Amino acid sequence: MTYIAKPKFHHPGLKKNELGYTHRDYEGKISTLCAGCGHDSITASIIEACYELSIEPHRVAKISGIGCSSKTPDYFLGNSHGFNSVHGRMPSVLTGANLANRDLIYLGVSGDGDSASIGFGQFAHSIRRAVNMTYIVENNGVYGLTKGQFSATADRGSKSKKGVTNTDNAIDLVAIALQLGATFVARSFSGDKTQLVPLIAAAIRHKGASFIDVISPCIAFNNHAGSTKSFDYVREHNDAVNRLDVLVGREPISVDYAPGTVQVVEQHDGTRLALRKLDADYDPHDRLGAQTFLQKHAAKGQIVTGLLYVDPDAEDLHTHLDTVETPLNTMDEQALCPGSAVLDKINASLR
Amino acid sequence: MSVQSPISSVNDFVVRFANVNGSGSASANELFARSILRHGVPVSPRNIFPSNIQGLPTWYEVRVTEEGHLGARGGVDMMVAMNPQTWDKDVASIEPGGYLFYDSTKPMPTSKFREDITVIGVPLTAITNSTYTDPRQRQLFKNIIYLGALCALLDLDPKLVEQLIGEQYKGKEKLLSSNVHALHLGRDWALQNLKCPTGLRVKKSDKVGDRIFIEGNSAAALGAVYGGATVCAWYPITPSSSVAEAFTSHCKKYRHDPETGKAKYAIVQGEDELASIGIVIGASWNGARAFTATSGPGISLMTEFIGLSYFAEIPAVIMNIQRAGPSTGMPTRTQQCDVIACAYASHGDTKHVLLFPEDPAEAFEFAAAAFDLAERLQTTIFLMLDLDIGMNHRLCRPLKWDDARQYDRGKVMTAEMLEEGRDFGRYLDVDGDGIPYRTYPGTHPTKGSYFTRGTSRDRYARYSEEGAVYADNMQRLVRKFETAQDMVPRPLQANAAKPTKCGVIYFGSTSPAMDEAIGILESRGHQLDRMRIRAFPFHSSVASFIADHDFVYVVEQNRDAQLRQLIVNENGIDPVRLVPILHYDGTPITARFIANSIGDHQDHLKVTPLRKAVT
Repeated sequence: MTYIAKPKFHHPGLKKNELGYTHRDYEGKISTLCAGCGHDSITASIIEACYELSIEPHRVAKISGIGCSSKTPDYFLGNSHGFNSVHGRMPSVLTGANLANRDLIYLGVSGDGDSASIGFGQFAHSIRRAVNMTYIVENNGVYGLTKGQFSATADRGSKSKKGVTNTDNAIDLVAIALQLGATFVARSFSGDKTQLVPLIAAAIRHKGASFIDVISPCIAFNNHAGSTKSFDYVREHNDAVNRLDVLVGREPISVDYAPGTVQVVEQHDGTRLALRKLDADYDPHDRLGAQTFLQKHAAKGQIVTGLLYVDPDAEDLHTHLDTVETPLNTMDEQALCPGSAVLDKINASLR
Repeated sequence: MSVQSPISSVNDFVVRFANVNGSGSASANELFARSILRHGVPVSPRNIFPSNIQGLPTWYEVRVTEEGHLGARGGVDMMVAMNPQTWDKDVASIEPGGYLFYDSTKPMPTSKFREDITVIGVPLTAITNSTYTDPRQRQLFKNIIYLGALCALLDLDPKLVEQLIGEQYKGKEKLLSSNVHALHLGRDWALQNLKCPTGLRVKKSDKVGDRIFIEGNSAAALGAVYGGATVCAWYPITPSSSVAEAFTSHCKKYRHDPETGKAKYAIVQGEDELASIGIVIGASWNGARAFTATSGPGISLMTEFIGLSYFAEIPAVIMNIQRAGPSTGMPTRTQQCDVIACAYASHGDTKHVLLFPEDPAEAFEFAAAAFDLAERLQTTIFLMLDLDIGMNHRLCRPLKWDDARQYDRGKVMTAEMLEEGRDFGRYLDVDGDGIPYRTYPGTHPTKGSYFTRGTSRDRYARYSEEGAVYADNMQRLVRKFETAQDMVPRPLQANAAKPTKCGVIYFGSTSPAMDEAIGILESRGHQLDRMRIRAFPFHSSVASFIADHDFVYVVEQNRDAQLRQLIVNENGIDPVRLVPILHYDGTPITARFIANSIGDHQDHLKVTPLRKAVT
């Protein structure tokens, strides 16, 4: 949310994607977040993912709540419609938007205060309804805009910048998303673009509720010794279950991976995810296994990142409601109104 | 024995059924009302029910009214007293000369009756026990048996009742025959053992005409179907739940693609009211017609989003089926008590459009119109029903639809318009009416996108905290609200037979009681011009009407005279000139109450001498 104009000139030799768009076409306004904020790295990853997927920027609807994270949709996809709704209520607005027009791509951007506290219910219900969206939580464990209060994802025993120790247990949004039936669940780290970009790309391609929890250190209030959401802490405790690259459609981009160490996951829309496994026995199709794996590593103080679970045959809310393929927002009176003859019959039945 | 002459009346009386909630009496009682309607005699039934599942008292009142008075009358001419818990209260409510119908299986002492009423005992339990062995059948058919007895006592044509039962159990022959059998059990017993008919009788007439019999909530839901609503998000709350349930039912019948069978609608039961209105706002932002239905507590929860709808200018339709508040109040009792809460919902300076239908026919019309208004004005529209209209069957004119009607989608800038080079500023007042253009997400690759937010922004939707920019926006919102004055349904005015300096203002479900009260007042020599307000913002004729009279009664069903407050606040009128007539015990307002309250006030004015100046 800035009024600082971004320079319009750009290098004529910028690389273009399949649609002829450059990176610049996926950018938004200049960020007004603190220099070094993890959220800006996530913004860069979203831009990169959309560029790589050759998405038409205006076919994306980016919806957020209130807070530092929720400001970020202003900083990417400048030609997309954005919606900064109210605190914690992004999921319901996104659900409504999705119901109105199933043809757009829906990016829900939220924060840990937004999703794990005031919007915990809306987060949960949008996941269980299988809304076709990419739900990204930019998770820094702290309230930045109100200057440093703990959020519900702050780990018990972690310390605030003022030295206060958090005595409440943390909510693990990934564990909750798995339990609620999300069909694409991942965790990443804002400082690991190599991992995050393909995760976002895969989540966008996934038909169903995709959830990515991105640990995103708050440079101003939660990047100190004692915080479990600081850059240093996450780097030291990160345990990635897999690396993945995205192979779009039926003409896959060549990727560098060694045969025998890759597991290809074909998604509902034909997109394939190539998982480069680091953990020999990790199966991203096993929801229960993912939950157990997560808990075991959490007990060791490790932050598991990567694609934790994916259901390639996922359905979405429109499938469950059995709605027409035509977007509801394009229908007119001819399609929707039963007409006077039907009303006459209704009248007759009410006498 | 009665010392009072029994009431004798044809096609003009009130029967009230006192039952226990959960006893299965509702369908039998409604059958009774419909049976009278089939005789061509208008009825006005009302459910009076507790806010629990079973066990507590429930009443169903049927006003038989050849004159067509559809408001509650007050008083009971025949009480069908089936609930021992409320016996004393029920017996006390019978009009002098009225009738008490009860289950005489167990004899009751005469002290339990009144001397000025006629007691009619039918051994219902004994009859059912001797006929049925299954306890549930005994309970359910007892209701049909008393309906049969009433057929004899009120001279109802049993064939018309049988016809209705036949329609109800079409294709279910076993249920049909057993119900008809129970009906005749009761009727035959009454004919053989009682003096039939009583002084209260139903005689065939032709006063119903082509009118229909429908609940307001169902009609409003049908209005949403005809009005083009495709997204409904709701959370169950009495008395609004049946709106969403009826919308679901109507959509299943009329909104499926004939080729694929797929739904041309999406209905989501939200996790709460906040989610429901959020879904509505998201869908409307994206160009679909969307609504939610709720009641007072739901409105409280939705207010933050309602403020967003106002300030970010996103269409939304909220059907508020009002009940008695505040807080949980009386969830199953009626009031018109959310007028102020809805008119100014949310923090900061906000004003919202309210529509006040008087009956199901207007609920249908206004519901459909609400979607045009919401998109035209890009704001929240409240359809203000209440429990009395919403959950009771009302006789009303047939629903009508003009097939030439096209939905007013408001000011939407298309890709073609953007390509033409039209200047798009999301909050730019192009036409001077305060209403800007909007674009739907996904419209154009490079033009027309904007960021929707609840924070202040300039005319081009760019974030701004400049005071002048904020004030400019707020002033435009006022202009838009002024524009709305001429777009909403205008008040309806009717003059008294003789010139008068007194007027009365009323709205919504008060209407039928007021229609009747005017007649009573005229018979007492009181002349009143009247105005029925149908929407907020108020049309200029409201202020004119008040200016044309020395004083105006404002009749409403709440404690704090909320409509009066709104009129005073919005029109700068001296409050002394608006006399509040307030009914708020949770029961529907009656013609008697209105006539007595206004009549007493008028009489008082006549007899009180003007104070002379002391010299």
